[in-house]
Order: sequence, then C-alpha cells, then structure tokens
Amino acid sequence: METPLIEFQNVTKRFGTKTVLDQVNLKIYEGQVTTIIGLSGGGKSVLLKHIIGLLQPDEGTILFRGSPLRHGKGRHTSFAKGEISYMFQDNALFDSMNIFENVALPLLETSNLRKDDIKKRVMARLEQTELVEARYKYPSELSGGMQKRAALARALITDPKIVLFDEPTSGQDPVRKNAILSMIAQYQRKFGFTAILVSHEIPDVYFISNRILALYNKKIVFEGTPEELEDFDHPFNDEVIHSLEGLQAELTGLPSKRRFKVLYHAQMKRGEQGEIYSVAIFTLDSLESVINRLGYDVAQEMVQRLGSFISKQFAPIGGFSTRYSANQFVTVLPYTDFQEAKDILKNFIADFTEYGIHNIVNGNGEKRPQNACAEFSILVGLAQGQPFMNMESVIESAEARQREIGRVNCF
Amino acid sequence: MASFSDIKNNSQNNTRLRLFKFIFEPFAFTGRLTILWINSLGAAAIFLTLAALKIFQNKQLVKIIQQLYYIGAKSTMIILLVGLFTGMVLGLQSYYALVKFGAEGALGTLVALSLVRELGPVLTAIMITARAGSAITAEIGIQRISEQIDALDTMRIDPLKYLISPRIAASIISFPILTALFDLIGIVGGYVSVVIVLGVTSNTYFYRVQSSLELKDITDGFIKSIVFAVIVSTVCCFQGYFAHMRADSHGAKAVGLATTSAVVLSCVLILLSDYVVTSLLIQ
Repeated sequence: METPLIEFQNVTKRFGTKTVLDQVNLKIYEGQVTTIIGLSGGGKSVLLKHIIGLLQPDEGTILFRGSPLRHGKGRHTSFAKGEISYMFQDNALFDSMNIFENVALPLLETSNLRKDDIKKRVMARLEQTELVEARYKYPSELSGGMQKRAALARALITDPKIVLFDEPTSGQDPVRKNAILSMIAQYQRKFGFTAILVSHEIPDVYFISNRILALYNKKIVFEGTPEELEDFDHPFNDEVIHSLEGLQAELTGLPSKRRFKVLYHAQMKRGEQGEIYSVAIFTLDSLESVINRLGYDVAQEMVQRLGSFISKQFAPIGGFSTRYSANQFVTVLPYTDFQEAKDILKNFIADFTEYGIHNIVNGNGEKRPQNACAEFSILVGLAQGQPFMNMESVIESAEARQREIGRVNCF
Repeated sequence: MASFSDIKNNSQNNTRLRLFKFIFEPFAFTGRLTILWINSLGAAAIFLTLAALKIFQNKQLVKIIQQLYYIGAKSTMIILLVGLFTGMVLGLQSYYALVKFGAEGALGTLVALSLVRELGPVLTAIMITARAGSAITAEIGIQRISEQIDALDTMRIDPLKYLISPRIAASIISFPILTALFDLIGIVGGYVSVVIVLGVTSNTYFYRVQSSLELKDITDGFIKSIVFAVIVSTVCCFQGYFAHMRADSHGAKAVGLATTSAVVLSCVLILLSDYVVTSLLIQ
C-alpha cells in the first residue's frame, strides 16, 4: 500500500484549556490535491500549521514519508529547503516591499542563484500569475485578487513539492474564487506538487480536489473522494456541508450539484414508472488553453456566461442544470424523449450560434490581455434516461455522444 | 447533614484562609512578578545571543547597511539639534553657577566632561529610542501580527537573522558614532552660549575642553553608548517580536502597548545601566 506523504497519528492540540484538535488521524498522499473542509474556527488552519511546523502537537505524531517530522526553530527540518511552501489566508505579503521583491525574497535569502537568474524566475512566475505590470506596486496598492496571486507566486517561486493553501479564496468574488481554484489546479497538474487546501468553497473545491478531509468536532470524520463525501451519512453532512453549500452555485447561479440531485430525484419520484427524460451535457473544450492565453479571470467569466446561457434556455421549458465539473454543465429535461430533446437542442444550437457564443466571447473585453487570442469550442452530447437508470450512467452516455456545436479560432 | 459545629468550624477555617491570603498575597504577588521578570530577562538574553551570533552570517551586510541608514543616518538631524541645545543650556546654567565662585574659566571642563562622560551617551540613546526604537518595535510587531514573521519561517528564512541581527548590529555601530556627534555639537553649543553670548574667551573655553578631556573619558562614553545600543535594540526588537504573546491585549493594541513598553523600558534601563556602568568604569 502507498505510504502517505504526511500522516497524523492521534494528534492533539490545545490552546490553554481549549482543545482544538483531538486525536486527529489523517493521511495525505503525494501528487494529489487534498482539501480540508470544516466550519470556521474548527481548527483547519491549526491543522495546516502543524504540517509546516508553525505549531507542534501536544500529543501524537506527524509522519512525513513514514518517519516522524523533526522540528527545528519554527519549522520542520525534515523538509528540504524550498520543498514545502505555505500560502497564508491573509497572504502575509511584506507590505514594505513591492510585489517583485516579495516574490523574489525566498530565492534571495535561501538560494545562491545569481541576481539575473532570480530576476528571470520571478518574472516568469509574475507572468504566469498576470502580475508583470503590477510588479513595482506595493501590496496595499493591489486588489484582493491580485494580492492572492502575488502570494501564490511567492509560494510557488521555489518550485515546492508540497504547497499548503490556507483559505486561498477567502474574500474573493465568485469569478475570482473559481479563477484562483483553477489556477491552483492547473499549477498542481503542471508542476506536480502536492496541494493541501483549507477551504469553505463547497462545491467549487470538489472540482479540483482528489481527496476531501472533513474536520468536525475536532476530529477528522471523513477521508475520501468528493463523490464518496456525497454519500457520507454523518451529521457533518447536514451541519457543515449543507450550511456551506448554498442552493445555488455562486459563479453560475445554477442549482448546486446537491440541489440538482434533489430536483432530479423529486422529478423521478413524481413521474410514473417508465417516464422518460433526457440529459444534455455541455463541455467548454480547451478551457486550459484559454487560461494560458487569456488568463484565469477571462476563463472563469466564460464558464459563468455559458452557465447563465444554458440556464436561460432550458429553465423556461422545465429543464434544470448544474455545473458538473470545472468545464462541464449538465441539463436534465424531464418528460422529454430523445427526439424531442434533439429538437430542443437544435433550437438551442441556433440561438447559441446566433448570439450565445458572441455573448461568451465579447463579455470579458476589459480583463483580456491585448494582442492575445485563444481557441475554444463548445461540445454537446445528449442521452435519454429512465427513472430506474442511474443518473451518472446516463450522463456518461451523453458525454460519449458529444459533438461540437461552436468553435472560435481566435478571440 | 452538616451539624452546627461543622458549619462553625468551616466558617472559622474560611476566615483563617482569608486572613492567611491577606497577609501573604503581597509576597506571592512579588514572587510571581519576580519569576516573570527573570523569565523575560532570560528570554531576552537568549534572544540577544541568538541574534548576535547571526550578525556575521552570509547576506547580512546589505541589511546592516540599510538599518544603519535607518537607525543611524536618519537620526543625525535630531541628534545634532538636541546636542546643540543641550550644550547651550549646559553652558548657560553652568556659567551662572560657576560665576558665583569666580570659576567661569572652568566652563569648558564642565561642559566637555558632562557631555562626553554622561549626557552624550544617555541623551543620544534616549533620542534614538524615541525615534528609531519605537519604530523598530512597531514595525516588527506589525510583521508579527500580520503573520509576516510566520511567513519568513515557512520560507525557511530565519526571522532572527533577517529582522533582528541587522538591527542589533546597526545599533552597535551607529550609537557610538551618533554619541560622538552629540558630544561634538554639544561642545559647539556650549561655545555658542559661553563664548558668543556670555563673553568668555574662546581660547579659555577650548583650552579647558582640550586639557580636561582624557582618552579614558571618551572611551568610557563609547562603552556606555555600546551598552545602551545593545539594551535599546534588544528591548525594542524583543517587544515587537513577541507582541502577539502579550497577556494584556491582542492585535493592533498589542503592537501599541509593545511600542510603549519598549520606549519606557529602554529609557529606564538606559538610566539604570548608566549608573551600573559608571560605577564599574570609575573603579
């Protein structure tokens, strides 16, 4: 069995008489995105600070690749230089330094690189995080989103193997939240680091997480995939997940996945045995290329606009939709057979070609970098389902039948 | 069920306990305070030792020069101003005291020795505490409460080496230089009031200044200023660095109180150590 990268064994932490972590056991695996979720003040950040060594457990052991972590001054010495990095909830940028200096600091102080090499690496990171023009500005002169990106650039400057993100999206608007999460996911794929996130953003974090850890009543009560969490029968689901996850997704205004499932089951119960329905899946293809060429904000705004367009088209005829993954939407059309759904979709495609795609393309002029363009396409797949059929399998068969309905070569 | 005698005994015991507490509480309080003080003193000593050891490590020179500019160069104007007026007032006051004994010729001696041995190091240290010491505490305190120091730790940058050592080194270098400036401008100030305003001859004044000052006076003054530099920089950095651990407040208020404590404590320790060092040097 794979040895966990980090493992907590009966870790307890107290501040005075208050116990924050009580006999916590958890495992974090290499190369994955692991998200710790829980209520505010529940000890999530404390847990993260134990990993990097800012705090030490009162009881229990933390293992790194199977061996107990050695602790030095304010940090664990088991990690090699630059191997682990931490992005603070409030960014912790040095307010007396400009953004360039902030990002360069870890290299200047801990490496023997020449100044030219440091400059090259910093500029590359600033370019990736769209901060080149703001490099001589001070943190207080930047928006919250830019500060987050600067903190992210600083966290990634040493090419760490493990990056800890403490509420990376707090205080951001929905587009920014999703932009930051997709940025983390993309970097994680690109550089292959192990990402450990603390977040409240349910369900948005599900789209980027391989594993979820649920912290409830000072203990880890769940470890598993986001899909497994949905079937997790525990008070945590009612008290935490349902309170954090709104009925509508913030970014798109569409029903959340959970709400979508409730609607789906209600619809199926209402229908007679043998009642049919259709499922359409919409994919914004090449989202990654849009991110790379036009930035995270533009990409997330495209997702937002596509979601709104789908909702506007199908809601009036009784269809309900949800964001299914980072770049996919699913719509259920109740009491609609395959042929009817095909006709509805034909109308949708006509409207989409006429103005929908222009709406997506032209809606983000201000955020787009000049002289840059990206290619993307929209795919749609359709499948017919029946109440006894598993929704996931219907979605899968719709996904298998996807075809392109619109393409933009350069926008 | 408790009998009447039990209740009576309990009541008597409680009264005894209260009396016992009333008598011994001041001793207990003094004891607790002493332990707290010794703890803090020990922590500050370790803090100073660790930071001092890191002064000579790699990549420190630029940071020390930056701090020299901030603590030293930027304090020059205020030191010159205070030094000038201290010398002028000293000359003026001393003239009216000495003239009663017909000893106005000794003015140069009095001004020079007072400044070089005592007023120069002490007032320079107090002025730097007010100008730079308070700013050091506030800056480090804010960095602490906004997790910037934790951020340094997570980046594997030693906060003691990065933040504290350059400030201690810069203080040790700049305090004696500023003290020398203070002494010099103080003697000029004395000249202004004694020679230009009150009409004592220039030759008499400078002859007395020159003849009365010995190398030991100057080195003693420098020793004092180095002791004050260590005290001020340690106290100010220590207060800021541990601003988040104050029991009496949190956040911005803690930084404010830490700054106040740093200035007050530095001034008290300057005067206290002045006495101790003077006693040792005189022996």
